Amino acid sequence: MAVERGGVDASDAELVEALRRGDEDAYAGLVEELTPALTRLAMAHVPSRAVAEEVVQDTWVGVINGIDRFQGRSALRTWIFQILLNIARTRGKREKRTLPFASLRRRAEEGRDEPAVDADRFQGRRGENPGSWSRPPVEWQSPDVRLAEDETRRVMLEAIAGLPPRQREVITLRDVLGYSSAEVRNALELTETNQRVLLHRARSKVRAALEELFDEEDSVR
Amino acid sequence: MTPVATDPLGAMSCRQFVEIVTDYLEQQLDEARRLWTDEHLAGCDACRNYLEQMRTTIRALRDLGDESLDVAERERILAVMRAARPSSH
Repeated sequence: MAVERGGVDASDAELVEALRRGDEDAYAGLVEELTPALTRLAMAHVPSRAVAEEVVQDTWVGVINGIDRFQGRSALRTWIFQILLNIARTRGKREKRTLPFASLRRRAEEGRDEPAVDADRFQGRRGENPGSWSRPPVEWQSPDVRLAEDETRRVMLEAIAGLPPRQREVITLRDVLGYSSAEVRNALELTETNQRVLLHRARSKVRAALEELFDEEDSVR
Repeated sequence: MTPVATDPLGAMSCRQFVEIVTDYLEQQLDEARRLWTDEHLAGCDACRNYLEQMRTTIRALRDLGDESLDVAERERILAVMRAARPSSH
């Protein structure tokens, strides 16, 4: 499942050498490989695809200007992601300058106050089986067909866009882009536990969005 | 009905399951908690559905990422990089 990329890799050293020489093919290969992922990650912070593309372009300029200073302490791709995140976060702040209830948002991001599933889906204390489902999840019918539909993709992208920024970064890197938990931890400078809590909140919300869509469709059919 | 667990954790509720599911999928549970979870799953169709929905969600997220770069966009980026490269001046 998770695609291992980056990490301590002998081919990293060769690639870095090629980039330092200004090898066009090396740059073209890397741009082709990483640009879609970088664009996705940038979109976790900025309001439109157009702005995300500018952020990605600035990132590549940062790479070409910074490659001589790259120390090799992290994997090359992790380093590039960090350049992108710096630019995207700064740009994101500028784009939505007013953040009301910033402290509330931060708390929500930690996820301590939000259950993975709405409390009203479970039986309360006076129920027959407290803590058991009152409205249980049903088996999704032919999920693979439905997942390929544009509407499903749209709902998922919307759900991701609605997440707090840290959750968005983690789910984008881990699940959408397939990086390992170690790589994500390094790129985002998170503890293992923190990374997992953020991933849990994010995945739970995307699942809930899909469930809502599928339930709605099923009730119409 | 979930069988009454003999371990000190007690029987897991569905409400507890949905909070532990990521640790379960990420294989971050110690042996006792993994067994606690397996025991709940064995007796609960709804939570097995939930687990499967989470797996489907993860698969769907992965599919979102399979996107390739079009040639024009790549050429545009490379042109910008060429212009920015310190040695080209």
